[in-house]
Amino acid sequence: MNVAIVKYNAGNIGSVENAVRRLGIEPTVTDVPELICGADRVIFPGQGEARSTMAYLKAHRLDEVIVGLKQPVLGICIGMQLLCRHSEEQDTDCLGVFDAEVKRFVPKVHEDKVPQMGWNTIEDLKSPLFAGLGKSVADAEGTMMANGGKGGGKPDFVYFVHSYYVPLCDATIATTNYIQPYSSALHKGNFYATQFHPEKSGTVGERILKNFIELV
Amino acid sequence: MLAKRIIPCLDIKDGQTVKGTNFLNLREAGDPIELGKMYSEQGADELVYLDITASHEGRKTFTELVKRIALEINIPFTVGGGINELKDVDRLLNAGADKVSVNSAALRRPELIDEIARNFGSQVCVVAIDAKCEDDNVHENGDPRIDGEWRCYVNGGRVPTEYNLFSWAKEVNERGAGEILFTSMNHDGVKRGFADAALRKLADTLTIPVIASGGAGTKEHFRDTFVNGHSDAALAASVFHFGEIPIPELKQYLMAEGVNVRM
Repeated sequence: MNVAIVKYNAGNIGSVENAVRRLGIEPTVTDVPELICGADRVIFPGQGEARSTMAYLKAHRLDEVIVGLKQPVLGICIGMQLLCRHSEEQDTDCLGVFDAEVKRFVPKVHEDKVPQMGWNTIEDLKSPLFAGLGKSVADAEGTMMANGGKGGGKPDFVYFVHSYYVPLCDATIATTNYIQPYSSALHKGNFYATQFHPEKSGTVGERILKNFIELV
Repeated sequence: MLAKRIIPCLDIKDGQTVKGTNFLNLREAGDPIELGKMYSEQGADELVYLDITASHEGRKTFTELVKRIALEINIPFTVGGGINELKDVDRLLNAGADKVSVNSAALRRPELIDEIARNFGSQVCVVAIDAKCEDDNVHENGDPRIDGEWRCYVNGGRVPTEYNLFSWAKEVNERGAGEILFTSMNHDGVKRGFADAALRKLADTLTIPVIASGGAGTKEHFRDTFVNGHSDAALAASVFHFGEIPIPELKQYLMAEGVNVRM
């Protein structure tokens, strides 16, 4: 299994590299189009700001490379937001894989701190990406599958750090509630994305990364 | 809803945890990685590693340790101790830390907070504040009154400053810090509970999360700081290291008490 991690001007890439290593796979962190296109799986990670990261991707022609990928791709955090159509963060046009607008959290009460930083639950899970998690999991066609072993309907907590969010839409495969319900994961075709950081989300996150690697 | 966080803190000297532990089942009780992994498996939400080494050689050892922690631990971790300038922050984030905690250096040169936030993002910048209420007029339970004079200290609580806790915390917030880690020197080590009155005032006025530190002795103290102190997270060392409060038991208790924790 050849896993490429897209190298660009975003933070936190080393954490994803380490998490893939913990699964027993040595990933390739690269900005070389041939290496990205030739990989079995591509992870588009990062923590950062939309405008400068988008400008970097364009300058390095990585925007076209990412949009044209045919193998399973996983966007994480800013990676997920960049895969959307547009972000309110400095009014930035993004890659447009997901037909969604990225919005800034607007607090309603004092307790609604922005960024959301910490552990929150993912619910209404609708993808093989979440096999073995939640009360029950539906596959890509929407067929219900039996719980993969976790049992008990225990909530699945994952780790978030973000000020912008994607509203619920057709591509939503996981929902999280912070200020309002929003998309904590998206799926369309060969593109998957999580707003949270699976690489920092303990055993739940490890399972999600493993599920992504093992997608058929 | 965001979960309230439980954070064990490990003091590190020359690559080893300093405070003794009674976890005899660990191959090497002093190994910061084994200990961190165990806490992570028990349900700790984050870890804090504090470098208490003074020497240059010790700093290098700590940086190497941070690289190993990043490779092995699958939850977020913060590192602190001896961070004086931007290049220390850069070195530790590059080694794989998720956040850095600055204390004395920020009080000596507050612009450091702006610089960290601007260069690496607010979310990596934890500002630790050690403060003491210098007012004998205390509540019956020993909790200093919040309107007493809370003074900030530097150099591990040895040197007083001119800064007041609440005005400094507000400045830290405005300069772009991502979180505040407040240790009450009146409560630290006494095991009679966190400084909940002062914590509540911080949590209710600041726009960033507040981590309570100093005073944990029982499970009830954790509930109290979340419910009464409005703290977003609670940090402790010895009650975890000596196994006095096992984390799974603490979380079960908090959940039963209606506190939203990650299970």
